[in-house]
Amino acid sequence: MADIDIRSVRKAYGKNQVVHGVDLSIRSGEFVVVLGPSGCGKSTLLRMIAGLEAITAGEIAIAGDVVNNLEPRERGCAMVFQNYALYPHMTVAENIGYGLKVAGLSKPERTARVETVAKSLGLSEYLDRKPGQLSGGQRQRVAMGRAMIREPKVFLFDEPLSNLDAKLRVQMRIEIRKLHNRLGTTSVFVTHDQVEAMTLADRVVVMNGGHIEQVGTPEEIYRNPASRFVAGFIGSPPMNLFDGRVTGPGEVQAHGIVLSVPHAGLKPGRPVTIGIRPEEVVLGAAGSNVASIDVDFSEELGSVRLLHGQVAGADFVIQVPATTAGPKIGRFSFEVPARAVHLFDAETGNRIGTAASGARAAA
Amino acid sequence: MDRRAVYKTAWIGSLLLAPQLLLVFTFFYWPTGAALFWAFTLERPWGGGNEFAGLDNFRMVFSDTAYWGAVWRSMVFALGSTALAMGLALLFALFCDRQLRGYKAYQTMLIWPYAVAAPAAGVAFRFLFAPEAGIFAALNKIHPEFWNPSINGIHAMILIVVAYSWKYLAYNFIFFLAALQSIPRALVEASAMDGSGPLRRMWDIQLPLLAPTLFFLLVINITDSFVDSFGIIDLTTGGGPSKATTLMVYKIYFDGFKGLDYSGAAAQSIVLMLLVMGLTFVQFRFIERRVHYR
Ligand SMILES: Nc1ncnc2c1ncn2[C@@H]1O[C@H](COP(=O)(O)OP(=O)(O)OP(=O)(O)O)[C@@H](O)[C@H]1O
Ligand SMILES: [Mg+2]
Repeated sequence: MADIDIRSVRKAYGKNQVVHGVDLSIRSGEFVVVLGPSGCGKSTLLRMIAGLEAITAGEIAIAGDVVNNLEPRERGCAMVFQNYALYPHMTVAENIGYGLKVAGLSKPERTARVETVAKSLGLSEYLDRKPGQLSGGQRQRVAMGRAMIREPKVFLFDEPLSNLDAKLRVQMRIEIRKLHNRLGTTSVFVTHDQVEAMTLADRVVVMNGGHIEQVGTPEEIYRNPASRFVAGFIGSPPMNLFDGRVTGPGEVQAHGIVLSVPHAGLKPGRPVTIGIRPEEVVLGAAGSNVASIDVDFSEELGSVRLLHGQVAGADFVIQVPATTAGPKIGRFSFEVPARAVHLFDAETGNRIGTAASGARAAA
Repeated sequence: MDRRAVYKTAWIGSLLLAPQLLLVFTFFYWPTGAALFWAFTLERPWGGGNEFAGLDNFRMVFSDTAYWGAVWRSMVFALGSTALAMGLALLFALFCDRQLRGYKAYQTMLIWPYAVAAPAAGVAFRFLFAPEAGIFAALNKIHPEFWNPSINGIHAMILIVVAYSWKYLAYNFIFFLAALQSIPRALVEASAMDGSGPLRRMWDIQLPLLAPTLFFLLVINITDSFVDSFGIIDLTTGGGPSKATTLMVYKIYFDGFKGLDYSGAAAQSIVLMLLVMGLTFVQFRFIERRVHYR
């Protein structure tokens, strides 16, 4: 177990900078998920920790030691790759035991440890098979076994579940988290799947375009997104976002709809982005902060229903329980509770905090 | 998913096939047929056609110690040139794959020799390795007879091995590099994460995954060395000195065209053909099985 300190780390391929000064501290034993859209530099960051990619500027320290100039094998990290990267010419047992063999352990010792690991992953029956003769889920487990057996200081995962079907993905996700609870090894897990991030992480790091947008627990990230990007990226369906402006103390307006908000000290006339989560509006209520939506189609998702439509000409989605009675299409009025309104600076995209939220500014 | 075109009438198909068949016939069946005819017949001493000789021609060939000498030299040549051409090609391909500085220029340069015809290469090597000129002249001055392929048979053999391998080095290099680049990077990286250094990764991951390519090139190199060495020998050593570089294929030419012993030469061609076929068969049948990892 070890903590990881990433200090102003940058990565450039030639002139093309892909990671722009990342600062991040990962505590010993923590499970951190790096989440972001494709091409945002997640894998690059992970590979710099692993030692597979040179660090252009800044420092990475593992357990207090700067590892910038260390070979991968000297860093004490184990990695699970997206397509597993199992050695096709070796059996499952040889794949799992390869690290021990390189480390020079004796054959009986290796066999004993391979068997223990294989047993804990339910692979005992497959030890003599080649990777080509395994299912996707089994290959995934072998890759995990190969990482576990060396008892590394740090586990690195690069989208290890993205090649599995939906059901297996959920199952493996739970197994990975259980494994973490059992071993307590510091883990960094890269994914573009927010559900994976929310369910696995102690803390989520949201990245965009080579920057960190926000670091926080899954709840913080969901409740108090630090930027317009995070707000639009987290949540399914994502937050409704539209442009408006401040019209008075504690009041914003967009498309002719006036909303009162708990934010203090807003300068009238300031352009803002208004964010409202589809699941936080209340259908059919009367009172203040009321607007109406023209629903043109609705989507049944089992436990919930999504109503897609326009509010004063802007696209808007509302989520209601699937048990909601009445027509599914047409004009509905709804209430937006004042505490459910998120505001972001129209220019910088940064969150405008309320006294209660205490959100972190974007990194 | 069978998307082959099917021709309704047979004659269109035959017409399309005709040029190919003509080529195969002219350049394969006809010469092979002629060789078979010569191999089993003997020209009458005073003309008037050939008479059937059964296996006599073959008996003559096999009882000739000069023939066995050529066989032995062909083996030495096959092993020497294959080891040299494949070993160096693999080394260079590994360097290129690791993208050492300047590898692009290097890659292009290494592909060139394959495009150079054997006669041109032969002449070039004859000059390069001439004992009376260039670097070898200087070395010979320090140590007389350090290098003289026109007198020393071993030197002559080294000369043809090097000159011949030069071309196949390029050929092998292209295959090795392509095979190395088709090994997923993640495998090598996984091995690095598992704690292995560059040499260990080569040995444990890259070489085993190259096995099919190694095997394929081994077959090609050995079989080609039996038949493709003619041009180089003819232009560098002419089979000498005192037959030290007369390999099987050169002996066929020499006996047939210089000695005008068509029947003996034809019998030798048949033996060589069978040898190459047999080698290929044995290699595919017995070695290939062990190199497939899937
Ligand atoms: N070897 C390379 N040479 C040049 N550019 C690269 C290289 N590797 C990655 N990049 C660029 O760096 C950026 C970040 O890549 P990275 O692989 O880290 O993205 P990612 O966040 O992991 O995306 P994904 O979810 O698609 O895997 C991309 O724009 C990519 O084009
Ligand atoms: Mg990636």
